[in-house]
Amino acid sequence: MENRTGSEPTAMKNRTTSERKSARELVITRTINGPARIVFEAWTRPELFKQWWVPKSAGLTLLSCDMDVRPGGTYKLVFKHGASEPMAFYGRYTDVTPHSRLVWTNEEGGEAGPVTTVTFKEDGGRTLVVLQELYPSKEALDAAIASGSTSGDMNETFDQLDALVVTLK
Amino acid sequence: MVQYRSTPLDASFAALSDTTRRGVLEQLGRENASITALAERFHMTLTGMKKHVGVLEQAGLVTTQKVGRVRTCRLGPRRLEDETAWIERYRRLWDARFDELEKVVDQLKRKENGNGEQDRK
Repeated sequence: MENRTGSEPTAMKNRTTSERKSARELVITRTINGPARIVFEAWTRPELFKQWWVPKSAGLTLLSCDMDVRPGGTYKLVFKHGASEPMAFYGRYTDVTPHSRLVWTNEEGGEAGPVTTVTFKEDGGRTLVVLQELYPSKEALDAAIASGSTSGDMNETFDQLDALVVTLK
Repeated sequence: MVQYRSTPLDASFAALSDTTRRGVLEQLGRENASITALAERFHMTLTGMKKHVGVLEQAGLVTTQKVGRVRTCRLGPRRLEDETAWIERYRRLWDARFDELEKVVDQLKRKENGNGEQDRK
């Protein structure tokens, strides 16, 4: 578990929280030091999105990133890890409200894919980002956790795989 | 043919990169099932399903046990992870991702300030 007592530098590293908010729902929150307008831009322009979506620690390569950010527009991200075959993640934007809200589907896993909703709330030049992943059923979320991945994202899968590798060493 | 025995990571990745195999894991997350039942559920031949289960088994994601003529599949011990630990790991991924986002936002802010010299609030 996390140990927060005095271990972090006093610098303003913003905290990220994650919670299973309900049987079908995961929620992640984080405050970003910047106006919603800019955070939204970083989320919707592919050339910017590419710079942050895959943290270096994930050890992944983003091979391609196609995003048609408008209601009904599709996206497709293709990743590669080491010598393995590329893996694609795709879906559709269902709501694009500039500077405040983005909603997209995650369709690579079939009908059990979650719907991701991100809201941006600006306050005093900083932006609270709330990301919700809503699964079609409790069973679908249970299964995503049991199998170590969510359909909407592969990085945590690799996170887990990396952890597995460590335990196997 | 693809070989699945290079490294554990490659094996796990290969195992998870297939939609059917991810479906099988999801299914086994709900309940154990025989290969026959899985084949029926995913509209495949028994041979096809055996191959998929074989890949998952090699990656350590699934274990199987034969009792009589029925081979039962269940999630491998490594998949049965505590939910709290999973959510914490998920948080760490997002934390790293948001740290990167913060850098991008920072650059954009500086660019704006540098370019126009306007004070935007």
